[in-house]
Amino acid sequence: MTVESLYPRLEPLLAQVQKPIQYVGGELNAQLTDWDDAEVHWALMYPDAYEVGLPNQGLMILYEVLNERPDALAERTYAVWPDLAALMREAGVGQFTVDGHRPVRAFDVLGISFATELGYTNMLEALDLAGIPLHAVDRDETHPVVVAGGHAAFNPEPIADFVDCAVLGDGEQVVGDITDVVAAWKRQGRPGGRVELLARLARVEGVYVPRFYAVAYAEDGTIASVTPSGDAPATVAKRTVMDLDEWPYPKQPLVPLAESVHERMSVEIFRGCTRGCRFCQAGMITRPVRERTITGIGSMVDAGLKATGYEEVGLLSLSSADHSEIGQLATELADRYEGTNTGLSLPSTRVDAFNVTLANEFSRNGRRSGLTFAPEGGSERIRRVINKTVSKEDLVRTVTTAYANGWRQVKLYFMCGLPTETDEDVLEIAELAVEVIRAGREASGTKDVRCTVSIGGFVPKPHTPFQWASQASAETIDHRLRLLRAAINADRRIGRSIGLRYHDGKPGMIEGLLSRGDRRVGRVIERVWREGGRFDGWSEHFSYERWTAAAAEELRPFGLDLDWYTTRERGQHEVLPWDHLESGLDKEWLWDDWQEALSEEEVADCRWTPCYDCGVCPTMGTEIQIGPTGRSLIPLTPVRS
Amino acid sequence: MARQPEGPPPPPTVQKLRIRYAKRGRLRFASHRDLARALERALRRAQVPMAFSAGFSPHPKISYIGAAPTGTASEAEYLEIGVSRRCDPDAVRVALDESLPPGIDVLDCVEAQAGTGSLAERIDSSRWRVELVDTPVDDVRAAVEAFLAADAVMVTKRTKDGTRDVDARAAVVSAEVAGGAGCAILQLVVRQLTPTVRPDDVLAALAAVADLHPPLPPRAVREAQGRLDGSGNVADPLDPDREVRAHCQGERTPA
Ligand code: SF4
Repeated sequence: MTVESLYPRLEPLLAQVQKPIQYVGGELNAQLTDWDDAEVHWALMYPDAYEVGLPNQGLMILYEVLNERPDALAERTYAVWPDLAALMREAGVGQFTVDGHRPVRAFDVLGISFATELGYTNMLEALDLAGIPLHAVDRDETHPVVVAGGHAAFNPEPIADFVDCAVLGDGEQVVGDITDVVAAWKRQGRPGGRVELLARLARVEGVYVPRFYAVAYAEDGTIASVTPSGDAPATVAKRTVMDLDEWPYPKQPLVPLAESVHERMSVEIFRGCTRGCRFCQAGMITRPVRERTITGIGSMVDAGLKATGYEEVGLLSLSSADHSEIGQLATELADRYEGTNTGLSLPSTRVDAFNVTLANEFSRNGRRSGLTFAPEGGSERIRRVINKTVSKEDLVRTVTTAYANGWRQVKLYFMCGLPTETDEDVLEIAELAVEVIRAGREASGTKDVRCTVSIGGFVPKPHTPFQWASQASAETIDHRLRLLRAAINADRRIGRSIGLRYHDGKPGMIEGLLSRGDRRVGRVIERVWREGGRFDGWSEHFSYERWTAAAAEELRPFGLDLDWYTTRERGQHEVLPWDHLESGLDKEWLWDDWQEALSEEEVADCRWTPCYDCGVCPTMGTEIQIGPTGRSLIPLTPVRS
Repeated sequence: MARQPEGPPPPPTVQKLRIRYAKRGRLRFASHRDLARALERALRRAQVPMAFSAGFSPHPKISYIGAAPTGTASEAEYLEIGVSRRCDPDAVRVALDESLPPGIDVLDCVEAQAGTGSLAERIDSSRWRVELVDTPVDDVRAAVEAFLAADAVMVTKRTKDGTRDVDARAAVVSAEVAGGAGCAILQLVVRQLTPTVRPDDVLAALAAVADLHPPLPPRAVREAQGRLDGSGNVADPLDPDREVRAHCQGERTPA
């Protein structure tokens, strides 16, 4: 059965919408396989606008890994903006892939990668546009299997009604296993229909099929039990890819014609993080640390630059300066690309003098414009609570060093609404910024230094020590941000060198509901979507009123409300909606770490101190993989001859 | 106090190349900015030895001449680049074409010859082919006749700063209608005035004079750009470089 392209019917619509280029595909390094050459067809979706979704590394990796298989093909699809969605509904054109413009409805698997929970309404919109029933139970064997992945999939309960499966952890290997299962089932003539296929998928390590788990609730609204049926496993454990050098993806990063949020290519230099920042879900669920070697990184940078023509390479990870070979890597990469107009960059870094040295090396020939640090907490006390300890003196000294080295713009990231936080903790951010500017002006000998304070509301996430915490209310966040703004503006002579960027606390409440929600929250999501909710990550589309009204209506029958899911502190023995989904972290260890947070005790990094038994390595059969390898990068013939 | 970039200044321009390219198929939806980004990356991938401007953020020496609007295809887009080492224009054409996504296709590359004037001076008009799907040829013909018979046809253009009224008729040198497969084909020669009159402005004018409303958005292709000659044709703007070159026998550029 060949599947026709929707493009001829889509084309006239494209002439009538904003930025049509985002819907046409044809990016450099895009791949298109003949439909009939593949047994298993994957549509991979990033549930946000193309400009945000295209650069997503996870999706790019799976796109290549799947397309390398002779029996599979993968095409990409993104959220369409409301202008095109309206025209598509009118013309009867379904959700399409940008590669072959094939209808998503025709694929065997629809994989959706959720970096954030705010993409849930976009998933419902895509399912509806595709003509796929919203509820998993209403689908038959001709519909794609809808699979959720990404960090949000570590608590897929709020979308349990809409997805057929959720995949936990690294995707590289599990997509192959899923392909094998689907291929075998199709080849055998689809025995047992959709239910049999899902039952087989439930036996794949890392795959969770919500419909095989019955959830019962207690009088007080908490979960009484989660009971698996059939031969579905009692708990589902995440997947972990070991030896990153064996997975040098993406090999051919996609380069869009349209502008995207990152005008650079990225190389993931390690995965996982054991710094132990207590607010950080990414760090907790991706343990242990697995480094790519310096030579592995060097060849990915080289191949990627050749394949893309990008001018900038970002060395990506949760805490890039922690790579065991980072100093040598910085020097040797800078040597390699000297005189080629190739820029190297690190994402935001810990506050550490060494990071200034690194940034100096990376900008050897370029302009020293901006440097970003993430102290996250305003006071030393709160930084102990979140386990991101740095003294005020060290912080000021590091930023001053940056100014003295010619950097003119320093950006500092903070969070507001952290557990145990008081107004004073947040107000210390202002003191800090003022001191940084004072010292910076002195050290650099110019008044032309700037500091931007970027601050967002904290949302407690599953599988972290803060999963039990009460989320600060939107009013609390807004109140503290007002105090902070006033404090920064108190002295105009210094205040004008300080920028303050913040978001109000409202979207955070909804993110909180979706992050720690259970299956009952699904009704809220569906109602918001029915009432027009889309693109919730975009302030111009997000409607707090729509969300709160829907939450009030849909949760009332259960005797619950928005606050119950967000500002309520959980007890030690409460069954959490994600308890049967394993990140490997021992729940007792998480609880102890939560208690230690409350008593402001720090925990070290297990890369440099003995293992403190968080539970991940023994449960998952993994181990820390770090260098140094002792290898080095040989010079290449420069790109520019 | 200002820091100076370390190292030697970028090498100077030793040769200028003039390039004609097409945007085709789905890539007609690329904007000028999209194309510029793609071309700059492709020049890097093709390892064309670009000359760069000096300073902290050096820019490759590229100038774009005109640009077909988003949504229209073109067979005749032009740019000029400066290179720091002499190149064989043919080799650049092939390498650059291979480095661009299909749909942006390099058609021609010549060396700019001294004394022949700038490329921009050689372009004052465009020839367009506009396909009107499911629109009766006779209706289009009648509309075009009414349009050509008018002294002026004002249409409202959306611009960066609001709207602006322009006379679409004044810019149109000629307009001819033919029948195609399931569509009417409108051939236009349009002078490039300020503000520019584009095929959609001419369509708006046809709607104004004869109430012509094609059921689907028309598909326009720019077929040529250049200077209008005495007989109403649009000349190839790269010809002057080729003509001079034909007279300079003996000079060969290394590959
Ligand atoms: S089990 Fe031990 S070594 Fe492994 S991540 Fe946890 S603390 Fe670190």
